[in-house]
Amino acid sequence: MRSLSDSKLEHLRSIAASPDFSSTKYRIVGELARGGMGIIYQAEDPQLGREIAIKVLNTPEEDSDLARRMIREAQIIARLEHPGIVPVHDVGVLADGSVFYAMKLVRGQRLDEYAIQTQSLNDRLRKFQAACEAVAFAHAHGVIHRDLKPQNIMIGSFGEVLVMDWGIAKMLRSNQSTSDSSEPGKVLPPGRRGASRDRGSGNGENTTHGTIVGTAGYMAPEQARGEIEKLDERSDVYSLGAVLYFLLTNKPPAGANSTDESATFSRPTLRPRELNPKISKTAEAVCLKAMSPAGSARYSSATELVAEIARLIDDQPVNAHRENVFERTGRWFSKNRFLVFLILAYLLMRFFFILTSRR
Amino acid sequence: MDQDTSIGGSQQRFPVTSHSAIIAARSADPYLRECALETIIASYWKPAYKYIRIKWRASNEDAKDLTQSFFANVLEKNPFNTYDSGKASFRTFFRICLDRFLANQLKAEQRLKRGGGVSHSSLDFDGAEAELTRNGTSFDFDPEEYFYREWVRSLLSLALDSLYVRFSESNREIYFTLFELYDLDDEPGGKTSYASLATRFDLSITEVTNYLAAARREFRKIVLEKLRELTATDEEFGQEARKLLGIEIK
Repeated sequence: MRSLSDSKLEHLRSIAASPDFSSTKYRIVGELARGGMGIIYQAEDPQLGREIAIKVLNTPEEDSDLARRMIREAQIIARLEHPGIVPVHDVGVLADGSVFYAMKLVRGQRLDEYAIQTQSLNDRLRKFQAACEAVAFAHAHGVIHRDLKPQNIMIGSFGEVLVMDWGIAKMLRSNQSTSDSSEPGKVLPPGRRGASRDRGSGNGENTTHGTIVGTAGYMAPEQARGEIEKLDERSDVYSLGAVLYFLLTNKPPAGANSTDESATFSRPTLRPRELNPKISKTAEAVCLKAMSPAGSARYSSATELVAEIARLIDDQPVNAHRENVFERTGRWFSKNRFLVFLILAYLLMRFFFILTSRR
Repeated sequence: MDQDTSIGGSQQRFPVTSHSAIIAARSADPYLRECALETIIASYWKPAYKYIRIKWRASNEDAKDLTQSFFANVLEKNPFNTYDSGKASFRTFFRICLDRFLANQLKAEQRLKRGGGVSHSSLDFDGAEAELTRNGTSFDFDPEEYFYREWVRSLLSLALDSLYVRFSESNREIYFTLFELYDLDDEPGGKTSYASLATRFDLSITEVTNYLAAARREFRKIVLEKLRELTATDEEFGQEARKLLGIEIK
């Protein structure tokens, strides 16, 4: 009998846990991540000579709800062609019945890791803005993400921003341009593969009232209450607000690390400025408006939030915060610093000139 | 291949690998029963020895005696007859049997040095002791978790032995050699590259890739076979597969 060290043991365990890809053209290189629905592997497509990521459902039942959900996830992503949404290349079923889909391999870091390493708030806000644009694009195609959080946003090697993990995304409405009459969630037979683009339609949603899906602390109150029928774009806006909260404070909103059901949503127990006094009132106001408990009080769409973030980056007045006269004057002074300096210098010179000419 | 034990051993494994050795241990057929018990012993002796050393703080010599006494008792009285898969996994049941046996032994302050088919020299206690020293134990020692980890170590070691035997018997030693060099390195995939293996064995990189993929696939198959062998029911098999590999078995 061989003697196995702990590291060898773990490696062999991961080999034994790898699914059988012999019925596909892909070769597994290693495991990248594990999630609730499945495992993501780094793989190689020998025909095209490129590295890809493959998500495999961790249950080999191709007719299960989870399998249908995963197929739907692939279909949803495939129809969202946007630089901020990771493209799906392929979907199919392994020899053991496990559903998988292949997608672009994203190298980089998660937004939470990026935020901790990046001092500049404007740099963080630009990444956030890019994520909001991808979400706004999905909304325009009738899809809401429902699980937006820093861990699901990747910053690529070239600074590109990608919104990941559309596993619990919901189709709000059928979109004529992206759907056909195929049966939603229909799984391809073993060995058969092909792009899932334009497959499936309808709302692609079988979550029932009372079912809570999402991440504590980042999901909107209506989502945390399981009020599925009330979910719309503004639920994602809430989650984006919670992501902004993290970017401003480097801390997740209340309840994000809690297993207490009562803490799954709430107004943040601490306002961003209480955690980080350097944050401007305007940035805090944008964050808290996005995280308003009532959907009607939030930004009506991610597009509106994108515009607001652009104003925040450009140091323009934002809709979320009505400035008083002092703040307005202060903003004017800070924006026209050079002009103010010139006027002051001129006045000072005049003053000395008058003073010396009188003597 | 090093052989630690002559009890069962990789060549004398319970013949029907897709069936349960736990069920066969209750068989009326003495041959089947003996084979099944040997299969169980082959997988469990090392975790049991280490468990006795760590949890019961037994000295090296005492642990050897107690391990042999326990398995002699198993062969003689077959306590696994009373196993009920509805109550706990076989692994947990085994550990409870071991704990109970040890408690009784210590209570009576006796060390029954019985042979009963398990000879002192047949188990590689020195190898087990070396593993114990090398891998150590964590400060937050959890007996159940420790026993489980050592059982996994034993299971995967046996699976590796079987992998070697399978490829040797089919004249495909190269598959195992590549697997050994690439995946059993201390830093898996770190030192050895596909290209260096291809050069060393005069193969193409595609062949190395395919052989390694086949070896890994076979290894996974053997691990699942062994797991099935060491569980009583499909449900227990599913639970163990989920815990060990994080996968669902259809």
